[in-house]
Amino acid sequence: MNATNDPATAPLRIGDLELHSRLILGTGGVSNHEVLAGIIEASGTGLVTVAMRRTSAADPSIMDVIRASGVAVLPNTAGCKTARDAVLTAQLAREALGTSLVKLEVIADDTTLLPDPVELLAAAEQLVADGFTVLPYTNDDPVLARRLQVVGCAAVMPLAAPIGTGLGIRNPHALSMIVDEATVPVIVDAGIGAPSHAALAMELGCDAVLLATAVTRADAPVSMARAFRDAVSAGHLAARAGMIERRYLARASTPTAGLIPPAAP
Amino acid sequence: MSTGSQTPRQVTVNGVTTALAAGSSVADLVATIFGSRSSDGVAVALNGAVVPRSRWAQTPVPDDALVELVTATQGG
Repeated sequence: MNATNDPATAPLRIGDLELHSRLILGTGGVSNHEVLAGIIEASGTGLVTVAMRRTSAADPSIMDVIRASGVAVLPNTAGCKTARDAVLTAQLAREALGTSLVKLEVIADDTTLLPDPVELLAAAEQLVADGFTVLPYTNDDPVLARRLQVVGCAAVMPLAAPIGTGLGIRNPHALSMIVDEATVPVIVDAGIGAPSHAALAMELGCDAVLLATAVTRADAPVSMARAFRDAVSAGHLAARAGMIERRYLARASTPTAGLIPPAAP
Repeated sequence: MSTGSQTPRQVTVNGVTTALAAGSSVADLVATIFGSRSSDGVAVALNGAVVPRSRWAQTPVPDDALVELVTATQGG
């Protein structure tokens, strides 16, 4: 089967972007630029996130590492608590980085870091109208995911669990409901801790996984990046390979024909 | 009204009150902050609106302006 016809290897399309890896890598928490280059390569990702922050000195730019790695950049609006701040941050990112992609985050508070649905939807609507390709970080709420699609978001990115917790998918049923009715890519974003969490997200039919902490704060980030690459790839392949129905009782996989009869007692 | 006043104006850059020569443009402000260091990858918001780099030179910085200078950093 050639690569273009095989759904397991078909690229993920988000707006004008075509991604051959289903793993999107956040850069938050990375210890230095050398590790960043290492995890980008080991993860196989084609898209990495950055934040926009105040500057008064040109540091050795993270963008130099990202550009040298040949991957696309996805600026976020991390830390913004109002639609107004998120919209301005996205506009600054577009000006600074020359991309209309934005990972839209509008959080409610600093302890849960959960999305504020009201501000999020308002910001999404304004950014879509302003020509952005909007990827909103959202709650695992099927109705909010639907509303975000209605206003024109290019993807929806429900959380698995709160940011940085590593708890994995807390509500697989809600995630499945989002996947079942989505007309845009569904990307699980936040709360992933183990590669098995990422594999489960893909097995549930999600189109991609976005994670940062699970890799950047691992003891061996480059090895962990490779583990997540394989987990996402395996889950994606499995979701399209037709998993078996679950059964209550055992069913032998070995044929019984030709079995040596039990010896007489 | 004379525009030749040399009284420095007060602007707020990234939350810090800063003196800036009267008549300064956004380009002048960026040069003041960055000196000889590169400002590649920096975006500017003036009073809550993005000023494209192509308009830095002709955009004046008004007195009491709120200026944000941002760049990409790790995150997300």
